[in-house]
Amino acid sequence: MLLAVLSGFLLAIVAPALHRVTGRYIGWTLAILPASLTAYFASLIPEVQTNGSLVLEYAWIPGLGINLNFLVDGLSLVFALMISGIGTFILIYAGAYLAGHKYLARFFVIMLSFMASMLGLVLSDNLISIFVFWELTSITSYMLIGFNHEDMEARKCALQGLFVTAGGGLVLMAGLILLSIMTGSYSLAEILASDSALHEHAFYTAAVLCILAGTFTKSAQVPFHFWLPNAMAAPTPVSAFLHSATMVKAGVYLMARLNPALGEGDLWSQTLMLFGAATMFTGAYLAFSSTGIKKVLAYSTIMALGTLTMLIGVGTELALTAFICFLVAHSLYKGALFMLAGALDHETGTKDITRMGGLRKAMPVTATIACLAALSLAGLPPLFGFVAKELMFESLLDSPLWSAGLTTAAVAASVLIVGVAGLVAIKPFFGQVGNTPKTPHEAPFGMLVGPAVLSLTALVFGLAPFLPEGALLRSAVGSVYGAPVETYLALWHGVNVPLILSIGSLVLGLSLLAGWKRLQPSIYAINTSAARFGPEAGYFRFMEGITIVAAWQTRVLQNGVLGLYLLLLVAVTFGLTGYTLLTHHGINLTLDLSYSHFYEWGIALLLVVAAVFASATHSRLGSVASMGVLGFGVALTFILFSAPDLGITQLLVETLTVILLVLVLFKLPEFVNLSSPFERYRDLAVAAFAGIVMTLLILAALDVQYFESISSYYIENSAPLAYGRNIVNVILVDFRALDTLGEIFVLSLAALGVLSMIKLKAEDQHKP
Amino acid sequence: MKSNTLILHTAALFIMPLQLMFSVFLLFRGHDEPGGGFIGGLVASGAFVLYAFAFGSEATRRILRVAPRDLLAAGLLFAIASTIPAFLAGQPMLTAHWWELPLPGNSYLKLSTPLIFDIGVYAAVLGTIMTFVINLMEADE
Amino acid sequence: MESLMAYVVGILFAAAIYMMLRRSIVKLVIGLMILSNAANLLIFVVSGMTRGAPPLLPAGAEAPASAIADPLPQALILTAIVIAFGVLAFAVVLIRRAYEVVGTDDLDQMKDTDT
Repeated sequence: MLLAVLSGFLLAIVAPALHRVTGRYIGWTLAILPASLTAYFASLIPEVQTNGSLVLEYAWIPGLGINLNFLVDGLSLVFALMISGIGTFILIYAGAYLAGHKYLARFFVIMLSFMASMLGLVLSDNLISIFVFWELTSITSYMLIGFNHEDMEARKCALQGLFVTAGGGLVLMAGLILLSIMTGSYSLAEILASDSALHEHAFYTAAVLCILAGTFTKSAQVPFHFWLPNAMAAPTPVSAFLHSATMVKAGVYLMARLNPALGEGDLWSQTLMLFGAATMFTGAYLAFSSTGIKKVLAYSTIMALGTLTMLIGVGTELALTAFICFLVAHSLYKGALFMLAGALDHETGTKDITRMGGLRKAMPVTATIACLAALSLAGLPPLFGFVAKELMFESLLDSPLWSAGLTTAAVAASVLIVGVAGLVAIKPFFGQVGNTPKTPHEAPFGMLVGPAVLSLTALVFGLAPFLPEGALLRSAVGSVYGAPVETYLALWHGVNVPLILSIGSLVLGLSLLAGWKRLQPSIYAINTSAARFGPEAGYFRFMEGITIVAAWQTRVLQNGVLGLYLLLLVAVTFGLTGYTLLTHHGINLTLDLSYSHFYEWGIALLLVVAAVFASATHSRLGSVASMGVLGFGVALTFILFSAPDLGITQLLVETLTVILLVLVLFKLPEFVNLSSPFERYRDLAVAAFAGIVMTLLILAALDVQYFESISSYYIENSAPLAYGRNIVNVILVDFRALDTLGEIFVLSLAALGVLSMIKLKAEDQHKP
Repeated sequence: MKSNTLILHTAALFIMPLQLMFSVFLLFRGHDEPGGGFIGGLVASGAFVLYAFAFGSEATRRILRVAPRDLLAAGLLFAIASTIPAFLAGQPMLTAHWWELPLPGNSYLKLSTPLIFDIGVYAAVLGTIMTFVINLMEADE
Repeated sequence: MESLMAYVVGILFAAAIYMMLRRSIVKLVIGLMILSNAANLLIFVVSGMTRGAPPLLPAGAEAPASAIADPLPQALILTAIVIAFGVLAFAVVLIRRAYEVVGTDDLDQMKDTDT
């Protein structure tokens, strides 16, 4: 399993070399990996059927309890199969679509990494590794969306996607950490197995809101939906992969995954239903009002994501069955449609549907596959999309909460989606021949095999829904529901309310489609005026705000004056330390002189005088000399108080320091007073404050001992274990030798730094 | 920078060997009495710095025989080499190993990885300080 | 004695910070030196000061006869002294170099030289 997840990354490393060997068959060659992964995941199905779920463990950071465990159950297998299965065809398709592109090898590197991150995300058992893979998908998808990096627009859109999803990812992390605090575990399997009532926990609201914020950004729920259509700047294979089975489904996956743990609270289900329904309707409406074929598909993806979210929110057995069916159906038809859209674009030279028409003669195979996929999109028999949609209507009618409202929204959305399906399947292929920039002809085999297989799968699943149901869907529904469920999928349920709703929406949708040309201008007007207040405008205003704040903050805080940096640093550090000291310990001003000798007094006085003189004098020599006095005073302290090694070291270092200062400092100019009196008093106040806090801190520290000292271990074992009687030296070279090793490396670095600074100067002088 | 004082010359010539011997003595007794690699290295660099002030950096380079930065590298290598026995024995890094070699008479020579490590510290400290001082002096000339 | 030294260390810190806040780069270095001495003393004072009982074992003994000074902070300070010297050497040479390039020892003047 570890290999299965990592193989994508490994192959990504060698992909450029492979490209050189295989040339134009690169897509086919690389597709072997996801194909064999699909086979591998399929081989796990029987085990999941009998055992429910299995956890495969690999230690990652054992010290922190972070393992790279994998959780394989119905839900994660459905996702893994979709990712690797659709991934196979995407790679073949990309090989044909981007044939001859100069960055083809780079494309495959990112694509494979993305696929591997996605697999890691859906298979991980550990919350931390889920988050890592989650961010990896954000980053790789950023590179994929901005793949045409010479195009300014593409870069902007990619950055937008990254900001929204990675920002959401950070919130998600907070949510996941809260979740692990609530349950005391980072393991999904353990979290799902524990039967504690999470919705009564104090953190429940915060955790749910954080997790949902993360998943909503990734799954493009209103109001974060705007990044998804912009992500269409990506090459079509990317859109087909990201927006059918992977990237945007990651959020849906996580919601479904955590549904058994978090789904008991009202907050969870109501938020999901509300935002899901809103997203579903918004997506359907925007899809119907767009003219670019990829935009239409992108918005219909938003509609599908909204539907999925809403169905999780409803949360009944029936709704979750509908959820899984809709998920699979959507991945199949959306992957196919995106690839076909790319084929159309590739062959006709335009993305604008209004310019396409009558292509069925030029591209008969494309037209057939498109019709099949669009039937599934519209939810018509005998495709799997129909099964899913009927289930959805049935479960909404049955919903314990807001049944009427949700059903209305769903019907309205499906009316619009029927229209959308017409837009992508009827408009380009039927009617009068359009005026396209390129003379259209049939797309190459590599671009058609994927859509064909996906559409046929949807057809087979539609005719025989018991096949996928028995294999996997039932256990997938079980893992979302949190308990084993009985499902019954069928193409024909007899004449009932859902069927009537379907027929009604079909008729309305077709009539809408007929009037599409006439509706277009008014829709366009509404949309442009709405865009000014929409969330995307909010995003841009937010980004502008960030730059303004950043500029202001840089001016104020990062103004390049070292003294000011230090002043702030010192004031804040000591202010906070002093505050904590005051509130937690109180002030203690003991000055106990009973046990000190008069010469110790003398040394203390010497230290103070030397320090004060060093900072007050105007003479460099005086300053350096008093530094020497200070150093020798410190050495004397060490010697008097039982630290001979320290005393000797301090004396020697002090001598060398004076030599060093003599060598260098006297090449620098004399002291002059550069600061104004105000600055001097301000600095003096801050410095005095810091000194007082330090004194109080030491006095406080003298009274308390939070932990037992570890020194007794060294004292007791110095002779028996390390055969040494100078315990300080034994600690340095034996007990804590690694620290000393680090230290001499630091010293060497300092020496090399000095050496290079001096040698660099010598080289500068050789230059004219 | 080079001094022409006769007293400094004579003193440096006499004191330096003593200082160096003392530094080695400090190094070897460090495990039992005050001393050790840091202190020994500092004393030795004191000796060479004195020599450098008396006779100049060129002469100091000659008497050192190796470049200060090579000394530095040798120190680091010694310190790392002291980890090899533990590595070969499959123990955690820097686990100490001890060998006692019998000497004539009734005494033993205590050899150990901590000693090798301390020699490394000695050389690294000496190398560092000589790098500072010699290069700074040369930069002035 | 510890309480007396607490006041001494406080004054040392104040002097060090005051010097580090000055605009002259040489004063910054002197502040740095006072600071490292202050920090070493801080560790030394906080870990308790003992008279006349260095952390050495008598020959042939496995354990000290009576209470001895804590060896651990001493080991820490010993490395700190040497490191501080390395840092100081580096800082001093850096300053010298900066002075040669920029031609001023006023830190406020140096802020515009990174472009």
